[in-house]
Amino acid sequence: MITWLLRRLFQALLVVLAMTVIVFIGVNVIGDPVEILISPDADQAERARAIIALGLDKPLWEQYLHFLYGALHGDLGRSFVYNEPALRLIGSRMPATMELAVTAVLLSIVIGIPLGLFAGLKPNSFFGRAAMAGSILGFSLPTFWVGLMLIMVFAVQLGWLPSTGRGHTAELFGIQWSFLTRDGLAHMVMPATNLALGNIALVLRLTRSGVRENLTMDYVKFARAKGLSPTRVVFVHVLKNIMIPIVTVIGLEFGSVIAFAVVTESVFAWPGMGKLIIDSINVLDRPVIVAYLMMIVFLFITINLAVDLLYTVLDPRVRLETKE
Amino acid sequence: MSAPTLEVRDLSTHFETRAGVVRAVDGVSFTVSSGQVLGLVGESGSGKSVTGFSIIGLVDPPGRIAGGSILFKGRDLTKLTEPELRDLRGNRIAMIFQDPMMTLNPVLRIDTQMMETVFAHAKVSATEARQRSRDALGMVGIPSPDERLRAYPHQFSGGMRQRVAIAIALLHRPDLIIADEPTTALDVTIQAQILAEVQKLAREAGTALIWITHDLSVVAGLADDIAVMYAGRIVETGRVATVLDRPMHPYTHGLIGSVPSRNRRGSRLRQIPGMTPSLLNLPVGCAFRTRCARADAACEADPPITEPVPGHALRCFHPQLEVTA
Repeated sequence: MITWLLRRLFQALLVVLAMTVIVFIGVNVIGDPVEILISPDADQAERARAIIALGLDKPLWEQYLHFLYGALHGDLGRSFVYNEPALRLIGSRMPATMELAVTAVLLSIVIGIPLGLFAGLKPNSFFGRAAMAGSILGFSLPTFWVGLMLIMVFAVQLGWLPSTGRGHTAELFGIQWSFLTRDGLAHMVMPATNLALGNIALVLRLTRSGVRENLTMDYVKFARAKGLSPTRVVFVHVLKNIMIPIVTVIGLEFGSVIAFAVVTESVFAWPGMGKLIIDSINVLDRPVIVAYLMMIVFLFITINLAVDLLYTVLDPRVRLETKE
Repeated sequence: MSAPTLEVRDLSTHFETRAGVVRAVDGVSFTVSSGQVLGLVGESGSGKSVTGFSIIGLVDPPGRIAGGSILFKGRDLTKLTEPELRDLRGNRIAMIFQDPMMTLNPVLRIDTQMMETVFAHAKVSATEARQRSRDALGMVGIPSPDERLRAYPHQFSGGMRQRVAIAIALLHRPDLIIADEPTTALDVTIQAQILAEVQKLAREAGTALIWITHDLSVVAGLADDIAVMYAGRIVETGRVATVLDRPMHPYTHGLIGSVPSRNRRGSRLRQIPGMTPSLLNLPVGCAFRTRCARADAACEADPPITEPVPGHALRCFHPQLEVTA
């Protein structure tokens, strides 16, 4: 177990290192931040001073080593625009994205799995077919369009839900959260639904196909031949087997929901990381872009590690240690 | 002989598919008494497994029992509701499946899978359920059952898994066990052990046993009665010794002839010509006539069940009555 964990952490370190190179070079080949940050009527001396202040006068490899040195000390650079540490800037926006992402993933589990179970157990029922047909819309309609339609219907036409911002927030552990207030929750309904829709569809289809496949397995038939109740057969024998692929997908989806909340956050003007990264790209705020991408890499690595650990709980055949 | 544990009368199980109605089991009748073993023999697709699943009420849609009766200790199983059937399953009627690698749930521990079976039919404490599970494992010859209870299926070999499955079947001391080719997937030495074990346990407890197989040598050593199935029908039935020594139906004759044995070493292995017909497109009359050397125009009518020798019944117009070696 310890050996496995150490090996995994070492692999993760290599992945992070590779990512720093790719991200750093990638960000440096696009555009010139000086052009955007400095007013056009600044003179040559002012320009030169700014370039030195931003550290852009040094060759790329030196900039990279400087960045790496800072990164090892927990400093991913300062934002060109806000003149704040990039990490703190992202940290201040993270809770907003996190609560949106967690809500979206919870919605996809709470709605997707039961619907998938039903559609799998009763594939020919009207409801089962309807769920399957609906799921196609779920992942084929573009997120931004669904977001706009939600605003059109529920904010503009019906006036039931607010369409922009986080609403009132309340503090918990020194961080502002929307889900603690009624108003905040009302603000979250639409963006969270928007973000969850594709995932609900995915989890639903995955659950359904898992159930369909499992029901034909001998161990399910044997469980029935033992005289077990249908409830026990479905919720213990079938569900525990299909949880393995579902956990994988939900883990991956959680990562991508955080990373790609950009669209939803833009549509609903949700002040999360996604909105920050779009703004930063527009003004070529390199340190923020790099810090954001590093954070996402770190997040994916953590989630994958958690998923691997969960496997051992769900599937006894997976052993992290080489015992016996 | 006492009243039979199971009496199947004219059982028909049909699958309604888009291509037509598949008569997987078509008018099958047999009886099994307490402590007796019936060998149900036939090729793949002859309907022997479906017969087993029909008895235990686990025919999946689009299949359904289309007719006939299954009298289990006087109760007609075809008339029972699903909860009533569930009450019998695993309790009075148990089933053992073909592939031991697939019958145990890979993600649940053996104790979970055994104790849930106990709880399904008896209101007992967890300690009591564990005790019974351990005893059952011991009974089928699994060493250190206490320890093995906490293991997962993948930690067992195929033979051991089949023993676990048999232990589960034995938990409630059923009156009837349906064994669907339980030794086909095992190697020969393990097969022999399991056969001896099951025979002993069934004899001791007075359990009626239906042993579904395509292996005639297994039936010869284990069963009291034999029923040979072909295309959903029983074509020949009787005492094992009688049927195997003096087969009268050309199909049974062919089956026995197909068993490779020492005395024909060097010569071509014998086989039944042709293929099992599709159940969707059976020949009119006797289903075997297209592969049968003795078939003639008479075979285009449905052959009736005849009993040329008492206790030895068959469906054939041209039974092979002479003694063959």
